[in-house]
Parts: sequence; C-alpha cells; structure tokens
Amino acid sequence: MNAVDHIRAEQPHRAGTAADAIVEVCGVSKRYGSSVEALRDVSLDFPKGQLTSLLGPSGCGKTTLLKIIAGLLEPTAGEIRVKGTKITGPGPERAFVFQDFALMPWATVLRNAAFGLELRGVSKAEREKTAQHYINEVGLAGFEQRYPHELSGGMRQRVGLARALSVNADVLLLDEPFSAVDEQNRRKFQEDLLRLRQVENKTLIFVTHSIEEAVYLSDRIVLLSPRPGRVSDIIEPKISRDRSPDEIRRDPTYLDTVEEIWRGLRAYAD
Amino acid sequence: MSMHTYDSAEAAAQPPAEATSAPREGSLLLWRVASVVLFCLLWEVAGRIPINVAFPPFSDVALAFGRMVADGSLPAALLNTLEPLVIGVVTATVVGIIMGVAMGLREELEWAGVPVFVVMQAAPMAALIPLITFIYGIGLVAKVLAVVILALPVIALNSYKAVRNASPSLRAMSRSFLGSKWQEITKIILPEASPMIFTGLRLGISAGFVGVVLAELLITPTGIGDLITYHRSVADYAEMYAVIATIILLAAVTVGLLERVEVALFRPEKRESAE
Repeated sequence: MNAVDHIRAEQPHRAGTAADAIVEVCGVSKRYGSSVEALRDVSLDFPKGQLTSLLGPSGCGKTTLLKIIAGLLEPTAGEIRVKGTKITGPGPERAFVFQDFALMPWATVLRNAAFGLELRGVSKAEREKTAQHYINEVGLAGFEQRYPHELSGGMRQRVGLARALSVNADVLLLDEPFSAVDEQNRRKFQEDLLRLRQVENKTLIFVTHSIEEAVYLSDRIVLLSPRPGRVSDIIEPKISRDRSPDEIRRDPTYLDTVEEIWRGLRAYAD
Repeated sequence: MSMHTYDSAEAAAQPPAEATSAPREGSLLLWRVASVVLFCLLWEVAGRIPINVAFPPFSDVALAFGRMVADGSLPAALLNTLEPLVIGVVTATVVGIIMGVAMGLREELEWAGVPVFVVMQAAPMAALIPLITFIYGIGLVAKVLAVVILALPVIALNSYKAVRNASPSLRAMSRSFLGSKWQEITKIILPEASPMIFTGLRLGISAGFVGVVLAELLITPTGIGDLITYHRSVADYAEMYAVIATIILLAAVTVGLLERVEVALFRPEKRESAE
C-alpha cells in the first residue's frame, strides 16, 4: 500500500491555493436533458507540467469532463479555470487530440497538422514551417504530402498530435487517443509520448479506459466512478520514468498499482 | 530528439494509389469506348431489321446529324436552347446551394424550406409547366422558370442533407482550434459537403435539360424542341433522333465535366488516386 500515494477524494477543494495548478475544475456538474447525470460536483486540480489521466469505466463521464475542460461542452454547474481565469469556450492555451483523429480527408498531412495555425490566420510559410517541425517530431517526416486515407490509424493519430503541438498550447487534452490504434502501434505511441513529454514542457490531461495505459503514462491518475461521474480516488504512481519501457512494465510498483486500481474498479464491471 | 521515424514497412501496407491506378484508368477508357461502339452496333442492327419504320439505323442518324450541322439548323437550335438552359441552371445552382446550405445550418429555415422542396420534387412538373404560361407568357422567362423548377429541388435538398450530415467531430475540431463560425462553414462543412452537393448539381443539371426540352415542347416550339417536333411531324425520323442524341450527349458531357471540376476544386485526395 505504500507503493502509491492516495489523496483522499473527500479532501476539500483548495481553490486558488494550489499555485502550480494550471487547470482547476471547480464543482462541475453536467446533466444531459433531465434524466442523465453525467458528472456531479467534480472538483480537481491539474498541476502544471504533469500528465494526469482520467480513468474509469464507460459511462463515468471522463470524456464529458475533458470536453468541458476543452470548452466544447458547457457545464450545468461549476466552472473551469485555466491559469486562474474562468473559461467560456475553447482557448489558445488548450489543444485537443480527438479519439477519432478528426482529420480532414481532403487535406494533406501537412495541411492537417498546420490547420490550427491556419484558423488563427498564420501565414502559409510560417505555419507550414511550424507544422513541419512537429511532423518530424512525431515521426512522420516524408509523409507531408500524403492524405489521411493513405495512413494507418497510428500514423493518423500522430498527425492529430502534431496538429495539437503546432498551436503551442500549454495544455494538451487527449481523448482516448489510442483507442482506435492497434496494440503494437499503441505501445510504440505510448513510449513516444513519454519521450516527447521530456522535450515539450506540456501539461497533459489524458482520458483512457485502460488501467495499464494510465499507470504506464501518468504522474497522477484520477479515478472516476460511474453514474453520476464523481472523483472516487486520486493515485500518484511512484514509478521512476528514467528507465526503459520494458523495465517500467516489469517494475513491481507498476504491477502493484495496476492490480490495486483494478481491485477498486472491479465493483463497476458489468 | 524526435520520435521513431517511419520507414517504408508500415507505409508499404497501404501502397500509394497512383501506382496501381494508371493501367486501370487506361483499360477503363477502353471499356467505355467498347461499350459505346457496341451500343451503336446494336442500334444499327435494330434499325436494319427494322423494328419500326420510325426507328432508323445508326448510320442514317449519323448522316442526318452531319447534314444538320452542315446546313446550320442544329447549331442554331442548340444556341437557342442554351440560353434558357444556362440561365436556368446557373440560377438553380446559386439559389439551390445557398438555400440548401442555409437550411442545413439553421433549424428554423429547415422547417420553412424543406417541405416546399420535397413537394416540388414530388410534383409532376410536366403537368404544371403549361400553367407557367398563364403567368409568365411564352417568352424566355417561362422557359427559364421551367428549368429552375425542375433543377432547384434536387440541388437544394442535396445541399441541405450534405450540410446536415457534416461530421460533428470535425466541427468540434474546428471550434476547439478556435475556428470562427465562418471558418467552420468554409473550411470544414462545405468541403465535406461538396461530394453530395455536386451529386445534387449533376442530378439538377440533368433535370434542367429535361426542363428546357419540356418547355420547348410544351410552351413554345423553339430551339431543340422545335427541331424535334418539326422533324417528327414530317417523318424525318433520322433527323429527329440526331437531335435527341445530340441533346443527350450534351447533357452527359456537361455532367462529366462537372465531376472533373469538383475533384479539381474540392477533393484533391480523389484526384491523387484517380490519376
């Protein structure tokens, strides 16, 4: 039990006191219509520079929470603060990576990756230079003039990642980015994401339903309980990141944490 | 520091489309030509049996076509017909796309507009076209109106459906990257809707050809309609079929050209795999 730190969910929300929190979720609730309650009174801090996973069974509202943070959905109650300021919609300090990639099929890899900058009115030469840098960074050099239908699922999501990196947002919001990617590519992509984190100083908020993925990638894991979605636990796996991926995956701490989360989530399995 | 770079292994799983499509494109053309030649041969045989005295063989029709081009009657009739056709099709295209897109974007316009176009599409227009003359007489306006009435509903309804079906995920993507409503429409919704809008245009233009010929047969005999009526009345069936074949050919070529325009303007990824 000393393998992980638990932060009690009952602990009162320390709004404003956490100096290093870049995103604050304050008492957020979300209802769809009158019957479906997706989230109930969720309060969370996301520390700057960390990778936090939102983990939970389907129906726990984790994607809803991420979309509210992104400004794509309006909360029914509560508010989101980014860098201390209440948000009213999407903003330049947040970038979204979509579960289904959301690439324009009629645009090349280069144009897709540069699209966030195109929408901001950045000149063609400048935005393509930036996009090119991140295309190289995510390992897609040589594929700039290809179209999405010519790429595999893993490569498509790398384009989605390059697009999110190109707008130079502080916070990356990733909505189950690997769920439509096959297993080998998912592992490679996870390793690449960890390496990329060391280079790019970003705060990542990551939605997943895979316990292994969450433990492998995260500094903090927020466990959500279903119907209505509430924070049930926050876990900080104490896994040293400066070892090889294989070593991490065989680390007893890693395995214990996975096991412990599974015991906690088991009750919600159908 | 960069991520793993893809080598050819994964890319090879999906061979680039242009490598395989070039020979296929060539044989496709061959099949198309073969199909046309076969059709003309069957026509020739059927005409020579003959099925009916009013059904001349292909060679007679081809000769009649040559005579009518030479004496100038066919080009003159075509020019005459093209005027209401072009005005009508352009009007229907502009109005139809604007109204269709507007109905797709705004629910209150959808409620007001869609039923009207559905009724227009379902109504037997050939029966209604003569009624136009009661209001607009027998001039150019009446013929343009006949073209518009036939072409507009399918263009508007297809544009509407195309916009309505635009991917919610791509629209959310545009918003999350701070795209304005206008950018969302021009950079996401319209390119995504363009294949279906162009399908509507192709159907609409075909309907426009039907409309103009109907108008010339039912309202006032001018242009192509006049030529068809005249040659039928004096039993020059070869000439009559030459005129009909010409207008069909013109419609087919126009619709084919439109497809090229679409791919060139909006869907570069299809051009890449079609060449």
